[in-house]
Amino acid sequence: MKRFSYLKARGVAEAAQALAADPQAQIIAGGTNIVDLMKYDVTCPDTIIDINGLDLGDIAVVEGSLRLGALATNADTAYHEAVQSGWPLLSSAILAGASPQLRNAATNGGNMLQRTRCYYFYDPSTPCNKRRPGSGCGALTGVNRIHAILGTSESCIAVHPSDMAVSLAALDAVVSVEGPDGQRDIAFEDFHRLPGDHPEADNTLKRGEIVTAITVPANQFGQNHTYLKLRDRLSYAFALVSVAAALKLDGDRIGTVQVALGGVAHKPWRRKDVEAQFVGQPANRETFVAFASALTEGAKGYGQNDFKLDLAPRAIVRALEQAAAGTPQSQIHKVVA
Amino acid sequence: MTILPTKMPQARQPITLQINGETRELQVHPWTTLLDLLREQLELTGTKKGCDHGQCGACTVLIDGKRINSCLALAITKDGCEITTIEGLARAGALHPIQEAFIEHDAFQCGYCTPGQICSAVGLMEEGHARSREEIRELMSGNICRCGAYTNIVDAVESVLEDSVL
Repeated sequence: MKRFSYLKARGVAEAAQALAADPQAQIIAGGTNIVDLMKYDVTCPDTIIDINGLDLGDIAVVEGSLRLGALATNADTAYHEAVQSGWPLLSSAILAGASPQLRNAATNGGNMLQRTRCYYFYDPSTPCNKRRPGSGCGALTGVNRIHAILGTSESCIAVHPSDMAVSLAALDAVVSVEGPDGQRDIAFEDFHRLPGDHPEADNTLKRGEIVTAITVPANQFGQNHTYLKLRDRLSYAFALVSVAAALKLDGDRIGTVQVALGGVAHKPWRRKDVEAQFVGQPANRETFVAFASALTEGAKGYGQNDFKLDLAPRAIVRALEQAAAGTPQSQIHKVVA
Repeated sequence: MTILPTKMPQARQPITLQINGETRELQVHPWTTLLDLLREQLELTGTKKGCDHGQCGACTVLIDGKRINSCLALAITKDGCEITTIEGLARAGALHPIQEAFIEHDAFQCGYCTPGQICSAVGLMEEGHARSREEIRELMSGNICRCGAYTNIVDAVESVLEDSVL
């Protein structure tokens, strides 16, 4: 690990100013991703700004919406009574990820901001446009079993690793940020970005902006939701494909359908235009197969990840069946019902 | 004339930790992990370094009662916290019930992962989310045992869980 200076921030404004003033500075909260990246010299900040002392840890229901402080831990969020009762899809997705130790340390803001686990990104001896812009992409024709099939570019086929973010995308969350130019709210679909020609940017934060809170609106999904995560082992592994699905049924027809995918793109993959086309259709397997086909339209394999071209639509169908039946995937008993 | 870089990495800074009930005034570099502080500066070598990347759980300790991976925690960010390591679990010469159970159920072979497994199990008990064998397995998944003593580890944790419920 490269050596660095340490600054303990006393307020959000101070942290934002310090971050804006120094292009080599980075924020630390739970540290579970950045310390790992620093050990591999993937990221080498010259200053670490510690925001752990800031008052951003609250979890509360405000006017019907769930408001999560950026510094609330993943564990405190997932096991919070209000989250489990009103936003069980979010709780389930968090508990599908990482380990209890990591969830105890990792924060909600940090979870969304975690970097890809692409092998090439993690290995400074290889080319990677995300780590070193212009150096090329090792994954395009290399070891790419875990990589993206949707929204890729010739610069980058990395996937966003978060489970929590997939559920937040499905639930229309809003991210509040504060920076040198003041505060603003970012719709979740606009927070993360596709790689394009600038894979070094995972998200649309401006330099100096700090995530302060995540707001998740009230919903009427009840038990008609699921977080289905498929991976190489049953626990403690990143998703190959995951599906956050939520349905509001109107009799035996679809009233509302909201679906986001993980493990397939540079950001949680959601298509509101596709969802709109399926409102009013019968909530059955035939519809779900058509929905899965539409949602994965344009998918492209890169060799080792070709299996995802079949796995993703099948997972979407299974997830929608689970959601329609009101039988969310258990994150303890891993048998896919 | 010596030209200094514009930003010098800082010297050690003072922090205070409660470690196994004892207040310790310490000087740490910003880049020192809690794991390295425990093992290299404080000679508390019960906490083990396995992968050093948060994947194996061998370095698990309790911070303010919650289990975390000490390899991914910069010590300087834990100023003012209470740390419990494997060395701090026994009370007045009596082993912690989880420690007793690991012996009773033969829940280890080489022993390298054991301090992390035990601290993790103590954290699991405190969290109170595990009620069944399946839940113990899932909620102990952050601790890898390359000897494959998992079956007996689950037995050990389950026995203490049953005792605590009764």
